[in-house]
Amino acid sequence: MFKQIMIPLVSLALASSCYAAKNKNSSSIQIKGSDTMVNLVQSWAEKYMEKNPSDFIAVTGGGSGTGLSSLISGTCDIAMSSRNIKEKEIALAKPKGIVPFELQVGLDGLAVVVNPSNPVDKLTLGQLSGIFTGKIGNWKEVGGHDLEIVLLSREVNSGTHVYFKEHVIRKNDPANKDEFSPKALMLSSSQAIADEVASNPGAIGYYGMGYISLKHKPVSIAANEKSEYAAPIIENVLNGKYPISRPLFLYTKGEPSGPVKKFVDFALSKEGQEIVLATDFVPVSK
Amino acid sequence: MRKIKETIIEKLILASGLASIFFVVLIFLFLIKEGLAVFQSVTPGAFLFGKSWYPISEPAQLGILPLILGSLLVTLGAAVISIPIGVGAAIYIAEIAPARIKDILKSGIELLAAIPSVVLGFIGMVTLVPLVKSLFHLPTGLTALSGSIMLAFMAMPTIVSIAEDALYSIPKNYKEGALALGATHWQAIWRVMLPAASSGILAAIMLGIGRVIGETMAVMMITGNAAVIPQSILVPVRTLTATIAAEMGEAVVGSEHYFALFAVGIVLFVISFGINVTADLFLHEKQSK
Repeated sequence: MFKQIMIPLVSLALASSCYAAKNKNSSSIQIKGSDTMVNLVQSWAEKYMEKNPSDFIAVTGGGSGTGLSSLISGTCDIAMSSRNIKEKEIALAKPKGIVPFELQVGLDGLAVVVNPSNPVDKLTLGQLSGIFTGKIGNWKEVGGHDLEIVLLSREVNSGTHVYFKEHVIRKNDPANKDEFSPKALMLSSSQAIADEVASNPGAIGYYGMGYISLKHKPVSIAANEKSEYAAPIIENVLNGKYPISRPLFLYTKGEPSGPVKKFVDFALSKEGQEIVLATDFVPVSK
Repeated sequence: MRKIKETIIEKLILASGLASIFFVVLIFLFLIKEGLAVFQSVTPGAFLFGKSWYPISEPAQLGILPLILGSLLVTLGAAVISIPIGVGAAIYIAEIAPARIKDILKSGIELLAAIPSVVLGFIGMVTLVPLVKSLFHLPTGLTALSGSIMLAFMAMPTIVSIAEDALYSIPKNYKEGALALGATHWQAIWRVMLPAASSGILAAIMLGIGRVIGETMAVMMITGNAAVIPQSILVPVRTLTATIAAEMGEAVVGSEHYFALFAVGIVLFVISFGINVTADLFLHEKQSK
């Protein structure tokens, strides 16, 4: 009985102490969060580790909410987030002695995409809101074929989902209580949305600009009927013509220090910002 | 010395036996502790029968009726598909198939059980989903039906192997008696063997369904996950399991959403517990006969 319990306990204790020791000597940084940012941060991490071979950086996705909740519960050092931290999350971090520190590291234009066979190539934010709340259910209402609209959304753990809800469906109006239509299909990754849009003539979905490919057609978007329609390209995000772009953040526990600071400094350096551009995001203008 | 060894081994086995019960109790207590906290912000009625699931809105709407119905619909569909095929296969393997075919079929079915659910989900996503879409002229193939078909494949091995065991364990003289009285082979199977094995077959069905309702990965990949109350089997649904899997990562520990997901876990636990108890009752009925 004693032996049976002790062996796993001892090995567990050994394993965890090894892990802790490893954490202390060579610096290892755990980064977690936004799926949109995984590729970008992974590229940073690779370049960074090339320059600093003694440091180890692990990057995992899961969604902005996942990253922030790990930061709060102490299981990661840096959270990637494609949305601002919520008041509620700051309040939850406080009792644990964690003050999340925000750094904007880039911008992302959110592309709304349809199947290439769909004749619709431009929409206003109002039409988009109508489509995603389910008030507009057929493509012919916005100038397309007589075809039912299939809504594709990310899961609720996605910063993209939250951003889209607040800035497109609710049109930036905090008093607006509109929600995604319950009929919207919730897919677990941007790639799943990309695949479904490529194969379904009635589908409409949204994802980070980096995912645009020839198999999907990005829609030009105007803030309202009077303003100019803008395509989701880097130039339009930078000059502010494209109405749905969002900041990308890294959150650290308190002001960054030690290896974490070294890494975020690298991300914000000229070289780091070139990687931002190379991964189809928009660098923070300096 | 030998006696001491015996005692030690006996005690070790006892400890392992008790450990499994101990773990179940601990898991259940933890579920209850975390899950019941959600009822501080929402009443049990509104939680179970609420029609909207918007867990991250302010204020959050935590109604799991669409999720319960989604799970039940997918399970029902899978049951309708897998029960006739599974029981039929069991009858064929136990009674009709020649020895060689029987061996091939049995190992084939075991192989089916060995396929990881995520692989089945992936195969379903690329083959079944487009097929369902074009066959029924639907706007999307990510529907409850696709989930049901895929889950039927998962329930089948359980149903076939347990039902086959039940048929096999009927005393030989039942069948011989029927044949001696002039019944045909089919009449003997239908009128004598099946009723005699009925409790075992029902247990097989219940265990198969138990597997279906708890399945997560495959349903998450192919049912579309839209939290809407399903009007037919050809629409997307969101199941209880997929909801927990998809949202647990987001939920901040200690938040309303987190507690709500644990409460969803309790509902799921109660449903599968009910199914297993029913299966158990059928099995015991068989033994007491």
